[in-house]
Amino acid sequence: MSILTIFSKYYAYFLRGTRTTIVVALITVLLGSALGCLISLMRLSRVKSLSAFSKLYITVIRGTPLLVQLYIVYHQLSFIRYPDVTIWGADMQRVMPCIIALSLNSAAYVAEIIRAGIQAVDIGQTEAARSCGMTSGQAMRFIILPQAVKNILPAIGNEFVTMVKETSIIQYLGVADLMYNNGIVVTSTYNPLPCYYISALIYLALNIVLGKGLNIFEVRLKKSER
Amino acid sequence: MNGNDKQVLFDIRGLHKSFGALEVLKGIDETIRKGDVTVIIGPSGSGKSTFIRCLNLLEQPTAGTIVFEGEDITAKGFDVNRHRQKVGMVFQQFNLFNNLNVLDNVTISLRQVKKLPEAQAKEKALALLTRVGLADKAESFPSQLSGGQKQRIAIVRAMAMEPDVMLFDEPTSALDPEMVGEVLQVIRDLADDGITMVVVTHEMGFARKVGSRVLFMDDGMIVEQGTPEEIFERPQNPRTKEFLSKVLNVI
Repeated sequence: MSILTIFSKYYAYFLRGTRTTIVVALITVLLGSALGCLISLMRLSRVKSLSAFSKLYITVIRGTPLLVQLYIVYHQLSFIRYPDVTIWGADMQRVMPCIIALSLNSAAYVAEIIRAGIQAVDIGQTEAARSCGMTSGQAMRFIILPQAVKNILPAIGNEFVTMVKETSIIQYLGVADLMYNNGIVVTSTYNPLPCYYISALIYLALNIVLGKGLNIFEVRLKKSER
Repeated sequence: MNGNDKQVLFDIRGLHKSFGALEVLKGIDETIRKGDVTVIIGPSGSGKSTFIRCLNLLEQPTAGTIVFEGEDITAKGFDVNRHRQKVGMVFQQFNLFNNLNVLDNVTISLRQVKKLPEAQAKEKALALLTRVGLADKAESFPSQLSGGQKQRIAIVRAMAMEPDVMLFDEPTSALDPEMVGEVLQVIRDLADDGITMVVVTHEMGFARKVGSRVLFMDDGMIVEQGTPEEIFERPQNPRTKEFLSKVLNVI
């Protein structure tokens, strides 16, 4: 069977899986970014215990496999009663632990990206802002962050793309994402290779769209400065 | 006579500053009065910049006291941000805000710190920019300006806050030689207006003509001080003599 025949016969599986993958990736990226901002602020904080905690957090997350984190979150948080709702075909009771694990993971990387972006802004900018009487918060908001965003954006786009791909591991918790549905089709056709090609193309398409979106954002940001 | 009746702005006693094991300032006692143009000269690494940065607490002194307008700025719980509104700072590397255009560079702290209405801040900024001949650059970004233009705008940015004293940390050291004059002229105009200032510089001609007092620093201490005449015509300390002979007779 060729790719086309398999796709025309089983496209519903692939599309249903893609839908779940998109939902999980989207929520993860948003949640992970928000959490990452928080962790990076803690990392840069002058309060010793906060920065020590975020340092430890980042070390642990970066030093352990995502799959292990996924299982730990799933079992550790099994007492939580997740809401019994369905978002665009994704059953939250199943998907929530995955989103939590992926977001916790993504947050560590996002935090490091943000920290690096902020620290790459010349210290003279902070000194000048503070010398004008701005508080550290004002200096951050009006002077440092607007400049840091330009360092952060390309790297964070990379992290988003990685996250979309990494969602593929949630099949191990039985979430019906793209790879899970891919498995179903493989079993019913006994013809794995075309199935994987189809899935690869779908992931690629998702990431190309994501990349283009981030590009547009970046260009608009650059324009606002010249 | 020597103007000792003028109001004291900075009263600095036993000022020490160390970075780890490195002691940069080794006990500075100095009084800066209203209307003074205090010029600090001395070799590289003598602590000039660290000294001036202690005055607006960009560096926290390790020991000693700095009293500004009767208030100990090294005391615990002192409001640093309020102090810095009264002390303008101009840096060697200009440090204009790269994400803001010239007008916003000048008005941002007026709007956000002094809470001036936008129109009023803009009017004030344009008046000052006109004074330094850069009103036509109001919409430009720092990356589009020459070093001399950047530094003149940095001076305007500090002056806009109407500080009681201006600190200049080697304001012309990063400039191409042909741009030094335009910046020094602006500083000189401010001095002629009676603005109190402390200037760290390697421009001996400027120190001589504009300074009302000259401090010679070496190895973390003020080795010698006096009027420009005293320092440049009749230096007493051998280290002052050696330094001046090196910088005044380059070839």
